[in-house]
Order: sequence, then C-alpha cells, then structure tokens
Amino acid sequence: MARRRNFDIRVQPGFGLIALFTFFSLYLPIAALVAYSVNAADSLSRWDGLSLRWFISAWNNQAVQDASIRSLILAAWAATFATIAATMAALATTRTPRYPGLTLKYAFINQPLMVPEIVTGVALLIVFSRIKVWTGYSGLGYLILAHTAFCIPFAYLPIRARLENMDLTLESAAADLYATPWRTFRRVTLPLLRPAIIAGFMLAFVISLDDVVITEFVKSGGQDTLPTYMLGQLRRETSPEINAIATVFLALSVALVTLFYFVNRRRP
Amino acid sequence: MASASETARAADAKDRRSRWLLSAPALLIIFVAAVGPLFVMFAYSFMEKGDYGDVKFGIFSLDGWSSVLLARDIFDDTLGFADAHLTIFWRSISLSFYTTLLTLFFGFPTAYFIATRPATSREIWVFLVTIPFWTNLLIRTFAMQQVIRNEGLVNTALISVGIIDRPLQIMNTDVAILLGMTYVYLPLMVLPLYASIEKLDFKLVEAGYDLYASRWQVLRRIVIPLVKPGIVAGSILVFIPSLGAYVIPRVLGGGKSMMLGNLIELQFGAGRNWPLGAAISITLMALVMIALLIYVRNVSRTESGHG
Repeated sequence: MARRRNFDIRVQPGFGLIALFTFFSLYLPIAALVAYSVNAADSLSRWDGLSLRWFISAWNNQAVQDASIRSLILAAWAATFATIAATMAALATTRTPRYPGLTLKYAFINQPLMVPEIVTGVALLIVFSRIKVWTGYSGLGYLILAHTAFCIPFAYLPIRARLENMDLTLESAAADLYATPWRTFRRVTLPLLRPAIIAGFMLAFVISLDDVVITEFVKSGGQDTLPTYMLGQLRRETSPEINAIATVFLALSVALVTLFYFVNRRRP
Repeated sequence: MASASETARAADAKDRRSRWLLSAPALLIIFVAAVGPLFVMFAYSFMEKGDYGDVKFGIFSLDGWSSVLLARDIFDDTLGFADAHLTIFWRSISLSFYTTLLTLFFGFPTAYFIATRPATSREIWVFLVTIPFWTNLLIRTFAMQQVIRNEGLVNTALISVGIIDRPLQIMNTDVAILLGMTYVYLPLMVLPLYASIEKLDFKLVEAGYDLYASRWQVLRRIVIPLVKPGIVAGSILVFIPSLGAYVIPRVLGGGKSMMLGNLIELQFGAGRNWPLGAAISITLMALVMIALLIYVRNVSRTESGHG
C-alpha cells in the first residue's frame, strides 16, 4: 500500500467535475437569457440571427423608460438615506465597551435580514394602505421609506467592519492637537471611512434596485419599478423585449459589483 | 478622587447619550418600516376579515388563525383540516429541504474545488460565484425559465439529439421550483462553505492518509467534521430564504405549484382574507425563527466543542 509518488492529498475524486458542472450551470441560464435578447425572431422559440431590435424597442417603450427612471431615483434616495443612517449607527455601535441596549441595536439593525421579504411586504401593505387612506398621500415616499429600512443593514456591514479595524492613534493625535470632536471626525475619521461608506452606498443601491417583493406590495397604482414591471410582464406571453431589459439590468449589476470589488480592495 | 470618578461617569453618560442619538435615525426608520408593521400585522391576525379585503377594525376574531389549518366544509359545515393549506405547508418545507440538499451536493465540491486552487486564481473563482449572487433574483429566475421552458434550452437540445420527441413539461411543476431555488440560492451555500474549507488545515488530511485512510474516509472522518460550521451556515442561509420564497414559485410554478409566500399573497389579493394572510405570515416567521434557533444552538455547540 505504498503511496503513489504523485498522490495529491488535496484532491477528492469527482469534485473537480462537479465544480466545473456547477460553474457551467451558474452561467448557462444567464448566457441563454442574453442570447435570446439579441435574437431577431419575434418569439423565444426560434432563432433568426443577431439583431438589436429588442433593445431598441425596449428603449422606446414608455412604460420601461418610466419604470427605469423610477427605479434609479428610488435607489438613489434609499441608498443615500440608508448610508447616512447606517454610518451614524455604525459610529454609535463600534469602538465601545458593551453598553445596555447594544444588543438590541444590533438586533434592530439586522432585523430586515431575518424576516422573509413577503412577510415584511404584506405587513407594510397593511400599515401603508391605511396611512394612504388617512393622509391621501400616495407618492414615492412610502417606497423610499421601505427601501431605506431594508438597505440599512447592507450599508451598515462594510462601514462597521472598517470602523472596527480602524487605528485609533490618528484620532487621538488630532485630539491631542486640540481638534474639536467634530473637526476630528470631519478631517480624520471621515476620510479614513470614505471607501467603506462608498462600498455601503453601492451595496444599498444594488439591493434597492433589485428589490421586487417589498416594492410589489408597497407601490401605489402606476408606480412600477423595473423589477415589478418585469414581474408583471412575466405573467403574460413574454416577448424578447424582456430579455433585452434583463440583459441591460444584468450588465448594470455586474458593473456595480465589479466596481464595488475594486473600491473595497483598495487599501489606503 | 471622588470628583474624578464623577467626571468620568458624567463623560460616560454623555457618550452613552450621543450614541443613542447617533443610532436614532436607523432605529427609527427600521421601527417604522419593518418592525412596527409586524406588530400591526400580529394584531390584524386577530380581527374579523372585511368584506372586500382589509379587516373590520377592532372586532376580535380567531377565524384567521383557525383557518390556517382548518377549513369549514361548504356542504355540511363541519370543521376539517384545510387540505390545500397543508399541501402548501408541506410543499414549502419539503422543497426547501431538498433545495438545501441539492445546493449542498453541488456547493460542497465547488467550494472545495475553489479552496484548493492556487491562491492567485482562487479570487477569480470566488468572483465568478459572487456575480450571480449580486444579480437580480428575478432576472436569475427568468434566466432559469429560459432553460427549462417547453421551447427552452434543455428541451430544444434533447429533441434535436433525438432523446425525446415531445418537450418535457418542467415549467409549472414542483421540479421547476426546486431547480429554480437550487440555481438561485447556490451561491449562498458556496460562499460560507468556501470560507470554512479555506481555513482547513491540510496537515490533518495528510495525517489521515499516512494512517492509510481512503479518500472517502478522509472526506467523511476529517474534512466534513472540520468544516461543519460552514455546512450548517450554508444550509441555514439556503433553507430560510427558500421557505419564504415568493418570486421563484410565482414565475416557475405558474400559480399551479404554490408555496407559503404565494399563499400569503393570495390572501391579500384575490382571497380577501387579511387576517388569514397575517396568521400565515406569522406562522412562516415562526418557522424561520425555529430554523435560526437550531442554527444558533448548533453553532454554540460546535464552538464549545472546540474550545
């Protein structure tokens, strides 16, 4: 039973094969989606050669335009509010000995991650539908509020991680030089924190842009975002236009994630 | 000295106060738009249903809760189990279970494969898993639909090769949901597994081989026990969203194969039974909490076992 010379202790038989199959299956559906979006045919069942016609028709579709703009505005507001609130919360919950209420704060901030989206969605439907009747206001505010809430834990994550690894000496040095706490924060802490804040904002932006379930239950009539518009379209006979929209959306997500990676990897 | 400790205490109290002020916006937003509504929903589950949706405000009723599992026979008015609901509960739990098993089956070798690559290429493999993870769930579900629908990739390929002459009906079945959830949630299994396999000390594996263990014995007796925290974390990360899935069964199950998420939506839509919808939502949340508790117990046990 002498061990063979080239015996690699790290190898497990078949694992490489399963792994490659897994990577293949992760990307096959995405490839199919993109392929059908550049298909010239009228339906998804034929292949008629390459064409960009579905991208053009999606671009000219008023409903798609409106939904896209609404999605971007909503994500921008929600990510901004969530990042500000999360930065403040991160400053309040790190670099401190445990104090009463700290665990409660953690539980609160992470709560949106623990509850299934559908449950939060219908709970918001119950509350907001009543408020909509009482106040008569049915604008974008409800969506911004709801999105801000579930974006906070995502924005909080990188900011908290950065704060916990941050060197305290620079801040003490600033204090030693008679900087006021606000000046120390403005000139020392905030610049050090900037990459994490950008990363948190981008995460929150992507999370808001992607949301479909909570939006579906909170939105008022005529307030479709791009994902809820697509969900509505999927009910019917789908045209390749949806593939074109999905492809653009996909490209946007991939670009943001790649950017996020680079922002996060760069160390000052 | 007393005055020094007093100033220290005053500074401490001031620090405490500013920390509460700083966290107030986040806590308030989450209370208004996430935690608070859950309490309102809890209250709604004990009210009588309105005739056109909503509830009769303030009128107490247990009908919402009793109809989670019970149904009144429309002919003789006797109370029996609500078979439709039980089927959906069972489907949600079993499909989530099978999804967890399948993602583990494909995810474990994948994570192991990534962790045993040279350090330079490892990051690229991880990135390849992260991209689908950050891609819109609806888009990935839709992408899956392109593969399994009747004129989709799989059926077209199988027919052109001549293995089948009529397309396999995968869409609108439990299998479609299972495939969709496995596809969508796979990165949630791979990433925590990778994190724990990467830390694996291969000297222990080598020791196993020195003692004439077979590959299978090394995997079963050394690798798997050591990366168990990753397996548990991955399983919980897959199981919980599967249980609350809404988009995947809606798109791939086509209204024929419903899961709990769709049953809840139905009560707030066409079903017009908000108290029942609220009661099912709370039941779903309870199931999630049970899964989380099992996870927490498992983690603390593993930790105490090692330390």
